[in-house]
Amino acid sequence: MIDIAPTIATSSSKSYGWFDLAMRHRVLLASIFVLIFPFVMPFTALAVNILIYGLYALGFNLLFGYLGLLSFGHAALFGTGAYLCGIAIVHFGLPWYAAIAVGVLSALVMATLIGSLAIRTRGIYFAMVTMALAQCVYYLFYQAVDWTGGENGLRGINVRTINLFGLQFDFINPLVRYYVVASFVILAFFVLSRILASPFGAVIEAVRENEARARASGYNVIATRLITFVLSGGFCGLAGALSALHLSIVPIESLHYETSGTAVMMTLLGGMGTFFGPFVGAAVFLLLENLVSLWTVHWQLIVGAVFVVCVLFFPEGIWGTILKRIKP
Amino acid sequence: MSGLSFDLIALQLFTGLALGAIYVLFAIGLSLIFGMLTVVNFAHGAFYMVGAYAGLFLVSMGGNFWICLVAVPLLVGTFGMIVERFLVRPLYGRGIDYPLLLTFGLSYIMVELIRIAFGTSGYPFDTPELLQGAVDIGVGYFPLYRLFVIGATAVVLIGLWLFLERTSFGLIIRAGARDPQIVRVLGVDVSKVWLIVFGIGTAIAGFAGLLAAPLQGVIPEMGATILAEAFVVTVVGGMGSIGGAVLAGLLVGVVVSMSSLFAPEMAKVSIFALMAIVLLIRPQGFFGRAGLMS
Repeated sequence: MIDIAPTIATSSSKSYGWFDLAMRHRVLLASIFVLIFPFVMPFTALAVNILIYGLYALGFNLLFGYLGLLSFGHAALFGTGAYLCGIAIVHFGLPWYAAIAVGVLSALVMATLIGSLAIRTRGIYFAMVTMALAQCVYYLFYQAVDWTGGENGLRGINVRTINLFGLQFDFINPLVRYYVVASFVILAFFVLSRILASPFGAVIEAVRENEARARASGYNVIATRLITFVLSGGFCGLAGALSALHLSIVPIESLHYETSGTAVMMTLLGGMGTFFGPFVGAAVFLLLENLVSLWTVHWQLIVGAVFVVCVLFFPEGIWGTILKRIKP
Repeated sequence: MSGLSFDLIALQLFTGLALGAIYVLFAIGLSLIFGMLTVVNFAHGAFYMVGAYAGLFLVSMGGNFWICLVAVPLLVGTFGMIVERFLVRPLYGRGIDYPLLLTFGLSYIMVELIRIAFGTSGYPFDTPELLQGAVDIGVGYFPLYRLFVIGATAVVLIGLWLFLERTSFGLIIRAGARDPQIVRVLGVDVSKVWLIVFGIGTAIAGFAGLLAAPLQGVIPEMGATILAEAFVVTVVGGMGSIGGAVLAGLLVGVVVSMSSLFAPEMAKVSIFALMAIVLLIRPQGFFGRAGLMS
């Protein structure tokens, strides 16, 4: 384990500009944005989707943006969270909060399994191994028809009311649904921010910047990678579990290769290694998908082209570029 | 087990080799490009798919399969060179992830363009007349086309080997894979070599797609499935090693066909289990050098 806390370099300048102030209160600002977000969206269901995929990309970004490991298998974590949450409700009749916990825990277990195999390889292998293992998970769930519904997906996840401390909320109401999901997302913002601000968060970035130096400084690079992968899996599993509740069905596509790719695209579009970037990326991706779908079914062409342009000319992503511009 | 005679197993072995031959072709292109350019080509499956569709198109225009065998690799290879020149080249030196991400985005575009041009549903691809039927190979009758796939793969491999080992350009390629900087110092235009290597790699992918078309039919998504399986081949064989790609490709093909004989429900998962075992015992693969790609 990591037992030596690195000293985090503190800015010596006395005057904190508004930019630093905003950076310090990123969780608060992001939360406020999430709370007013549904009122600027064309319809609430889309806003819920953006929240869920934003959370998914947020978890992916912890691994890709902050640790520098490119995974092409995060669908396995998202899908495991979604399926196990759904199975807990459909087959075991668990209440919604327990089902979410089951989803997150099983995603953590899945991340430990995939992670401990994949981190045995280094560099560019990682993307290939994670993709191949995710494909394996896809086939396993596909074939367990009795539990997962196979090709048709897992149906019948009906959560109509949410009970909390004696209060009853109507989960069918889109706005209520939005704020239920939003409360989990805000919690995730807080947890992620705590992880990044902790000594362990500094180690994560140290490993990304210079693996050899981090190792020479006495940090356990392998353990850091595995723990980050598992934490990332927890966020993605939560996103998956919420999507199961939101859609009332878990389609087999949630384990598909394209779902893994979606996380990569959203994170890069928004800005990897930035706190709020993945959320921006998810919003842009899904808005683009919705808008383009209005006039052509071939929205992937436009999304793919935007992504390629982003890789070529804006590698910092939309949010990353904005941050760079407005930084005083 | 009754009914599982030696002949049946031997036949299934040949089926596995034919399947493995496709994996081999796919994976050596991937390996060649990676070994030289350190680019993991996520669009490799898309080039494979385009090869199958190019064959479909040429046949529908009145061409025959034998013309396709020459024309398809040329077309796909040329397209690959255009991609390298204008899209991949600006990204050299910007980190290993960027070319990967670019080719990933490109594969979306290619698949969608094919869907626009040919529709979302698949097409059957007729086996050329001359290669229909089966021949007796001693242990039973075996489809002639599958034998042809094995033979064509062998021809491509021998041609590639002669090209890399016996020509001066092949020498430059091998040297460039070792140390591009020294090659550049010696006055070789490395970027031109990379362009050609990318062209060869994608041409072989297109050829593999064409060979696979009569076996599996043609659909826009055919590339994504084989990409994941080819990554298994690459991990098992060792990245950047052509010999490793050949051996691992055949092995994966045989594992798939044998598991579909003995445990059909495990056929899809078996190769990933194989990969997991190799990762646990020898993370760098059969022929990979430890720490090469870190």
